[in-house]
Order: sequence, then C-alpha cells, then structure tokens
Amino acid sequence: MRTKTLILLLALAILHLMVIFAGFIAPYDPGAQNRELPYAPPTRLHFFDASGFHLRPFLYASVLALDSYQEDQTREYPVHLLARGGSYTILGILRSNVHLFRVDEPARIFVFGADGYGRDEFSRLLYGGQMSLAAGVLATLLSLAAGTVIGTVSGYYGKWVDESLMGSAELFLSLPWLYFLIAVRAFLPLHLSPAGTFLLLICVIGLIGWARPARLVRGIVLSARGRNYVSAARGFGASDFYLLRRHVFPETFGVLLTQAALLVPQYVAAEATLSFFGLGVSEPVPSWGNMLSTLQQYSVLVSYGWLLAPAGALVVTSVIYWLLADALHSRLKSYSI
Amino acid sequence: MQVIARLALFVCLLAARCIAAAPTPAPLSPAEELQRVDGEVGRYGGHLVVGQRSEPKTLNPVTAADAVSREVIGRLMADLITINRGSQQIEPGLAKSWTTSADGRTFTLKLRKGIRFSDGHPFDADDVIFSFTVYLDEAVNSPQRDLLVIDGKPLTVTKLDQYTVRFALPRPYAAAERIFDGLAMLPKHILEKPYREGRFVQTWALNTSPAEFVGLGPFRVKEYLAGQRIVLERNPYYWRTDGDNHRLPYLDELVFLFVGSEDAQVMRFEAGETDVVNRLSAENFALLARERTRTGSQLVDLGPSLDYNFLVFNLNDLSAEKKKLDTISAKQAWFRDLKFRQAVSAAVDRDSIVRLVYGSRGTALWGNVGPGNKLWVNQAIPHPQRSLETSRQLLKSAGFSWNNAGQLLDSSGKAVEFSIVSSSSNTQRMKMATLVQDDLAHLGIQVHVVPLDFRAMLDRMFQSFDYEAAIMGLGGGDPDPNPEMNVWLSSGSTHLWHLGETQPASDWEQEIDRLMQQQMITLNYEKRKRLYDRVQQIVAENLPFIFLATANVLTGAKAQVGNFHPAVLDHYTLWNVDQLYLRTEARRVERAGVR
Repeated sequence: MRTKTLILLLALAILHLMVIFAGFIAPYDPGAQNRELPYAPPTRLHFFDASGFHLRPFLYASVLALDSYQEDQTREYPVHLLARGGSYTILGILRSNVHLFRVDEPARIFVFGADGYGRDEFSRLLYGGQMSLAAGVLATLLSLAAGTVIGTVSGYYGKWVDESLMGSAELFLSLPWLYFLIAVRAFLPLHLSPAGTFLLLICVIGLIGWARPARLVRGIVLSARGRNYVSAARGFGASDFYLLRRHVFPETFGVLLTQAALLVPQYVAAEATLSFFGLGVSEPVPSWGNMLSTLQQYSVLVSYGWLLAPAGALVVTSVIYWLLADALHSRLKSYSI
Repeated sequence: MQVIARLALFVCLLAARCIAAAPTPAPLSPAEELQRVDGEVGRYGGHLVVGQRSEPKTLNPVTAADAVSREVIGRLMADLITINRGSQQIEPGLAKSWTTSADGRTFTLKLRKGIRFSDGHPFDADDVIFSFTVYLDEAVNSPQRDLLVIDGKPLTVTKLDQYTVRFALPRPYAAAERIFDGLAMLPKHILEKPYREGRFVQTWALNTSPAEFVGLGPFRVKEYLAGQRIVLERNPYYWRTDGDNHRLPYLDELVFLFVGSEDAQVMRFEAGETDVVNRLSAENFALLARERTRTGSQLVDLGPSLDYNFLVFNLNDLSAEKKKLDTISAKQAWFRDLKFRQAVSAAVDRDSIVRLVYGSRGTALWGNVGPGNKLWVNQAIPHPQRSLETSRQLLKSAGFSWNNAGQLLDSSGKAVEFSIVSSSSNTQRMKMATLVQDDLAHLGIQVHVVPLDFRAMLDRMFQSFDYEAAIMGLGGGDPDPNPEMNVWLSSGSTHLWHLGETQPASDWEQEIDRLMQQQMITLNYEKRKRLYDRVQQIVAENLPFIFLATANVLTGAKAQVGNFHPAVLDHYTLWNVDQLYLRTEARRVERAGVR
C-alpha cells in the first residue's frame, strides 16, 4: 500500500518536473515555426547505416515531396545530448541555453511530430503542460480554499447561514457552465494578454468549483461540531476560532487531500475544454487544450495521429492523480478505523 | 408485436418508395423551341445524392438570400439569359435570342415558344412581366432588386407580343445581360393570387405541398423531410435536350441531404452516402486523394477561385464613438499611414500561407482580382517578394524605431501592437492570422489573434467598429466588375475599411469612385478593362486591403458521375446538373448489398 503511494508520488513528481524543466527537455521554442515542415511526422531514429551500427543514434532531414515526407539520406545528423540551442528560462529565474538533446540545423528532431505550422509538438506539449498543470493545481488550491472557508462557516454556524450558503452551492452545481462562460466571453475585452487569460482561467475554474468541497467540508464540520470533546472545550470557554482551528478543521484534512487529488485532473481537463473552444489561452502560447483544438478538423484527426499527444498526456495525468486519490482515500480510511 | 408492426410498415414504405417511379420525360413536340446542348450523351435513370451544410430556409426564389436555399432553388428554376459557368460567358436561357439597341439601353428578348412549366402549364411573356413586377416590388424586398434599379430608377419591362418582351434601362449599363442570370421566371398562374393578396413573401416556404412548387428548372420538388433531406424529381417538360434529342435531365432524382459542416460532408462522401462534394478545403481534398483508389472518385482541382482573403485595418471614422474606442482611434494613426500598411504587406509571407493554409492548392494575391478571373485580372500588378528589410526601411522612414528588446515603437515611443479578429469557424483564416502574427513578430509588432463568432465579427466590422484589424474574405460570385461596386465605391455597403463615407475620404478613393462609375456605363470590353485595370492598380498601391491568398476551387464526385465538369463559379458542381448522369447502376447496387 505504502509503496504504491510512493510510486504514484514519484510518477507525479517526474511529470511535474518534466513540465517545469520544459525549457531544458524541449529541443525547440514552442512558438518556432518551420514553415517548410507542416504536419511533419515524428522523426525516425536510426542506428544503422551503410557503415554499420552506431551507438549514437542519428536521423535524416525530412523533405516535403508533394503530399508526403521523405528522408533526405545524403547527410546523417547525430543526436547530441546536452547541446546548446535557443535560450530559455526555468521558473523565470534560471537562464540557460543547454538542451537535453538536439540535432544540428537544418535537420529537426520531432519526437511527437509537428503541427500545421511545423512547430515541434513535443516542445509544445511540455510548455503547454506548464499552462495546463499550473492552471489545474492553482485552481484546485483556490477552490479548496474557498470551499473550506464556506463549508466551515456553513457547517459550524448552521441555521440560515447554512441554508443560504448551501442553497447557492446547489445553484452553482446546477448551472451549465460551458454555455455560461461562452456568453461571458462576449462581454470581456477583445484581447487579453496570455497572463491575464491564464489568471482569469484559474479564477473562473477555481471559483466555479468551490461548491463540491464546501459541501463535503460542511458535512464533516457539522458532525465534528457535535462531538463530546468539542462540547467540552466549548464548556471550558474556548472561542469559536479556537474550536475551529484546534478541533474541527483538522478533521477535514484527509478529505481535502483526497479532493485535491481528484480536482487537479478535473481542472486540467476543464482548462483543456475551455482552450479547446477558444475560451482559454490563445495562439501562439500552447496549452493542451488549444493544441487539441486543431483536431476539430476531420482531416487532421484522421491524418496526423501524433497530434493526439496532448490527449495522451491528459489521460496519463488524470490516471496518476486518480490512483493517488484512491490510495490516499484507503489509507485515510484505515487510519480512522 | 409492436416491433414487427413497425418493421412491416417500414418495409412497406421502402417498397412504396421504390415503386413510385420518377416521371418519364415528355415526348418532344415540334411546337417546342427547345435548346440543344453540347456534351457527352448520357443515359437516363438513377439518383444523385448531394450533401448540404444545412436545410434551405425557403424555396421562394425572390426572397431567398442564403447560399443553401439558392443552391436548391437554382435546380428548380430557370432564367432568361444565363452565365455559362464553364465558359463564364452569357448564353441564351428561356430567351432564345435578343437584340440590343445602339445606345445599349433597350433589350428585346424573344422567348422560347411552346415550352411548359413543371406542371405542364405553358410559359409566355405574361410570366416574364409578372416575375419582374414581383422582383421590383418594394414590398417584396427581394435581394435581387438592387441589381434592377440603376441610378434610383427601376428598369421597365413591356410585353410586345406573347413571346417578345422589351427591357429599358434608365442609362447604358455595361454587361447588362448578366443581370438576368439567377432571376428565376415565376409561374403567374400559381403565384399571382398570393401576390395580389399580399402573401407573396410567405409563399413557397418549406411547408408548402410539393405540387405547388412550379418552375422551369430541370427538377421539381418531390418530397421534403424536415431536418433530413429534400428530394427533387425530373421535370418532364424541361426545355433542354442533348445532342441526340433526348430531353434532359438524365437523372430521375436529385437528393439534397442535410449533413452539416464540410467535414461531415466529406465523411458522408467517403462512406459512399453522397455522390458529389461541392467545395473542399485543401486538407479534405488531400485526404480524399489519398483514398481515391478505395472510394473510386474523381477529384478536380480547378485552380484559383475568384474570392480573395485579406487583412483589413479599421480606418473608420471613430470620432462619433470617441469615448469608447479611444485606444483604437489612437492606433489608427499607424493604420492610416500608407508606409505602415506597405510595411505590413511586405512582411507577410504569402507563399507560406499558400503552403500551410492551402497545402499548396492556392494562390498568393497582391490585388483584388486573382489569376482565376482571366477576363479581368490586371497582369501588370507587381508581385513583390516578401522582404523584412523593405518593411524595416518603410517603417524607419515613417518615423518608427526599435527599442533594445526589438519592439517596434512609433514616433511618440509607444509600442506597436494590435489585434486581428477573424471568424473562429473558418480554420483557414484563423491559420492565416496566426501566420501573419508570426510574420509581424519579426518586425517587433505584437499581434494578438482574436477568434470571434462570425456574426459577432460582422457586427464589430459593420456596426460598432470595435476592432483594430480583421482577416476576411470577399468575392466569388460573378467575374464581372459590377458586383464589386459595393466594395470599391466610397459609398458602398461593403466598403469595409471605411464604411459610410459621405464623400471620398482620400484622393485615390475619389479616383476609384470615378473609374468604377465610368466602367459601369462603358459598353466596350477593352475600354472597361482599362478602367478596371486602373482600379486594381490604385487598390494595390494604396492597400486598403492587404491581400493574402485565395484557395483553389476543389471539388469531387464519384467516378460514375458522367458529364462532371465543375466550374470556378458558384454553383461549382451542379451548374450543369441537367446533363449529369450515372454511368452504371452496378456499383450502387453492389454497395447497397455490402451495407
């Protein structure tokens, strides 16, 4: 049980580190267009040529001939590890120009192929993950914070406070959000900067989602409030704040942790959905959602399978988080018995 | 039990559908003045299925304004003089011949004798007079009325005898015969009553019983199933024959399936459920080309279309709305600067647009008339190569400069940035916007691409003027310059970059006004061409639009569709539907068996 949780946490850490260190792992800038290479398929790595086996893999440059790509076998381009390329920053502080792997120009290494502008799908996937995962995590924190405060207040004070807060929670749960957001977009200024859109996305996703954690927290607070030791503490003259902090709030901790693991993938998917419909981060900044939106075209969907990579990333992320939520849930259950 | 009953009913209906045979063509009579058409002689029978984006809104040819409705109506109706989509020249329709007076103001049309409407009722001059009365009636508010009103005066129609009518124009009008194209002749015996009772606008809605739709086109309505399909059957009295004196059309039935987006149409075509796809994007064309051997289809690339896509800056007069659109009017100082527009034009990589947006099945444009319009294109318009160096020099000479971060600054030190709106549903134009964004980033201009719902975008461009720049497309109808009048006249309703000018805002716009008015009353083609060449030149020099590219017209049909000769003019594939035929029935049966 314990090892399973550890493995999941490790996988999660790797996933997030890859995305944080996107600049280092990605061979190219996510916005760099290669206009000669639209929809180039994933590059094939070679180990053998006329002179035999090479330990260092190499590749051939792709050239577009009519409707399909061919390898130009006149020159081999070995894959260099830790090579210098375009400069990048990590977390806005660390500046560098060393990339995990690269090939010499003019050849390109496209791990997951290229999109319609000849942009490296792999680089975009990593950079897009920054947008999508950060939106998921931050929105989760926001919605848990809001949910905890509202749920605690509602459960602890009860009566009309409880009724009005839970009433509005139900209202929030029942609104058709996608249509609502599409309508809201019409009232916003024409253009928002990517940072502005990002913050707006987090606020929107996070604030919409407060209702469910609030209801869960309320239930726990409601039952904790009536426990004997809480009544006893109250009898000794403890203040409301002390009671909440010392006795009631810690009860909700496990639930919040499990909720977090459930909400993150849900919110990553929410970001993807909004960007897919053009309500999220706009071109040329990548996010998993706006990368997937090119697949709305039938011809792209059936012809260029590698552009499904962001969907794969979404699935992997969600599965890891859900398994983690499951593991956390069963661990907490075993504690409480 | 209920299931069995339903099944039985279904089988009965199916059988009934097969048994209800299409009407056979009426035998030819010597009294009829029929039109013989060239082309491969086909064989009778079969039905052709065409996918359509949506349902037609109406089948009333006078009030229909949307393309989908007109697509169906065009197969049900006929006009006096028609533009042959293949040759782009005019040819006789219901009028077998005509004469023009020396001053170009009166036309005398001789109608075909002895021909009949799809219900068997004879057609004569009274129907023509009635039709034009309806088109010109302001209460009916036909979109075609504008064409028939010249200098505020409507053309007049007089009946000379049962088969002769005379049209008089208020002043000479170049290529006047072309205005008859698309004006469907109406059956007076059916429509006069509703017209007199003031119910004309509501007539021929889709809920009308099929027998009441009467026209002179190759087909008539057989059945309409809301949300699914409209089935047309052969008009047994149609007035055209093939070279062997067989009365056209060959097809028993023409079925329009309402399938949705272009992607959905392509899927249906791939699945063998439709026989013709009208206009394909380059990506879908490439997709079908890869599967050609499996699906057995003929795919035709007709070369550049007549429409043009462009980037337009908002040059509207915003002083009235000053408060709200402050930031936009501040940016207009750049947009109004010709050197700025020239710099943008020089920086745009049109070849990449053709390659990435159209998969090389398109053509770069530097003017409003593309190479697809062979009759009117001005070959002297220069096609400068993309040059960021030229752009930088132009910007420098216009007082722009760059800061250390490479951002472009205007003379007051403000960073140059603007947004481009485009229709979110048009993936090709969205792609152009993204490419232009990247091109201009090389000049230090920050461009934001804003996808908008098409209606919302039109609202901003035509009503509120709340946009900075837009990527749009226009054109595509008739190769003649006259339909372009409303774009280039400073008072025109589609004078997009600056709407509602009471007088020309600049000398060159005034010059264009003069030239366009002049060409409209010039009857000689050579002289008109010179005038229109000059218009194209002025437009290319002053860049109210920064022209980008045009797609090729790409169409497809099943291999067994005979006489498939698509054209670059609308309707691309079905313009000669009366001559289309199915080479063999075998494949169809085989496929039905497989399914």
